[in-house]
Amino acid sequence: MKRYQELPIGGVIPGGATPHLVQTGGWRSGTKPVFHEKLCVNCLLCWVHCPEATILVERSQMVGISYDHCKGCGICSQACPTGAIVMVAETNDEPQMPRQKAGEEVCV
Amino acid sequence: MRVAPEQKRLTLITGAEAAAHAMRQINPDVVPVYPITPQTPIIETFAQFVADGQCDSEIINVESEHSAMSAAVGASCAGARVMTATSSQGLALMLEIVYIAASMRCPIVIAVGSRALSGPINIHCDHSDSMMARDAGCVQIFAENAQEAYDLMIIAQRLAEDRRVLVPVMVMQDGFTITHSAEPVALLPDESVREFVGRYEPLYPLLDTDRPTTQGPFALPDYYFELKRQQVDALEAARTVWLELQERFAEISDRRYKGFFEEYKLRDADYALVILSSTAGTAKVVIDRLRRKGIKVGLLRPWLFRPFPAEEIAQALAHVRAVAVLDRAISFGSWGPLYLEISAALGRHLQQKPVLYNYIYGLGGRDTPPELLASVVTDMQNEGDPAVLRYLGLRE
Repeated sequence: MKRYQELPIGGVIPGGATPHLVQTGGWRSGTKPVFHEKLCVNCLLCWVHCPEATILVERSQMVGISYDHCKGCGICSQACPTGAIVMVAETNDEPQMPRQKAGEEVCV
Repeated sequence: MRVAPEQKRLTLITGAEAAAHAMRQINPDVVPVYPITPQTPIIETFAQFVADGQCDSEIINVESEHSAMSAAVGASCAGARVMTATSSQGLALMLEIVYIAASMRCPIVIAVGSRALSGPINIHCDHSDSMMARDAGCVQIFAENAQEAYDLMIIAQRLAEDRRVLVPVMVMQDGFTITHSAEPVALLPDESVREFVGRYEPLYPLLDTDRPTTQGPFALPDYYFELKRQQVDALEAARTVWLELQERFAEISDRRYKGFFEEYKLRDADYALVILSSTAGTAKVVIDRLRRKGIKVGLLRPWLFRPFPAEEIAQALAHVRAVAVLDRAISFGSWGPLYLEISAALGRHLQQKPVLYNYIYGLGGRDTPPELLASVVTDMQNEGDPAVLRYLGLRE
């Protein structure tokens, strides 16, 4: 790990940090969102409201949910105007989220 | 009063107006501010300058000092040159975010009209507000008079924005005594000030989308300590930059802030007074009177309280018989904050130490007339017990 002299000052992360770089999962509240693509109108309100990097978007299209980041808060399903995201109870084998490797430096 | 020939162009203004003139000339991008006595005339005067088109700063009228400093941090991270002003409870309310401004390395200049902290509520001068903020990670500079309140704001801006420093700088002037009292002040030409402070080139401007950054991230036990250690270096660097800037400031003005503190008749003194800010003016009068009676008294008045010039002060006081440190604030359960610094400095840097006394004075704006300061020197001559904390002008 870097010494204090080698770190950018003020905790700044040049290049920008994003949860996309880090698997922040490890726990979920007990419910998880399930995406029904046929009902989705691509309004992206779920993407706007999600406090994590959970809503996967490609070329302005909602394409799915990243369970590596989802905490199960359910805000996306509340924000969805068409019922395309439904919260369901977690099954026993969920969640399966890879954890960050020990010693891997992600801060800078 | 003798007026030096080079000071012919003097303007009769208060310390608050002097600070506002400095702000006008510096022309910061953003000034988020909330009024509080006795700082209010600083921002009132500055707002008039902005309204009159004399500078083009964006004043943000916020709903509290907590918001003022929050907006200041946001604007500073975005890449703006930011100034603000406050006093007392305002600084207290601001303080949570002052720590964050320092840790995020925002070079915000904060003009402070020193005022006692409540309670009981009081609007008059003491230094309990700035002493409360001493560990926030800011540079702290104390001005004696309106001229210094003006000069030091200009120096502060450049000091804060130096790449080696990049922390907030607080410039203190005594509430009412300086903020509201008119004095002749030599204002520099606008161009000189603009050239002195230069253009602000932020290190990590958040609005630079070509160079994206994340700012203010969570730092767990694996990073927090290192980031705090960086702040130690920033304050250490402020010493070097301060010395460099006084040379540069002497080039644009006829005033030189030599070293970290003013020495007044200290070189041959047997007794020394150590005082911050405006009371040092009274002390100089007292010293002149006592010297006419053959008592060798001198004064040491620090400009910088953070970083604290411990070794330099210890050396400057090494030859005196006794030192009285006058504190306009108290750390309850301990002694005066300035005394504690000086005591540590003498202990660390001197083998043979002068006898060191501590007096608390002027809390809540209590007047400190010349006779009281003279009595301190008498106490030192009488070799009173230095283990007793003394109070000046208190009914006891």
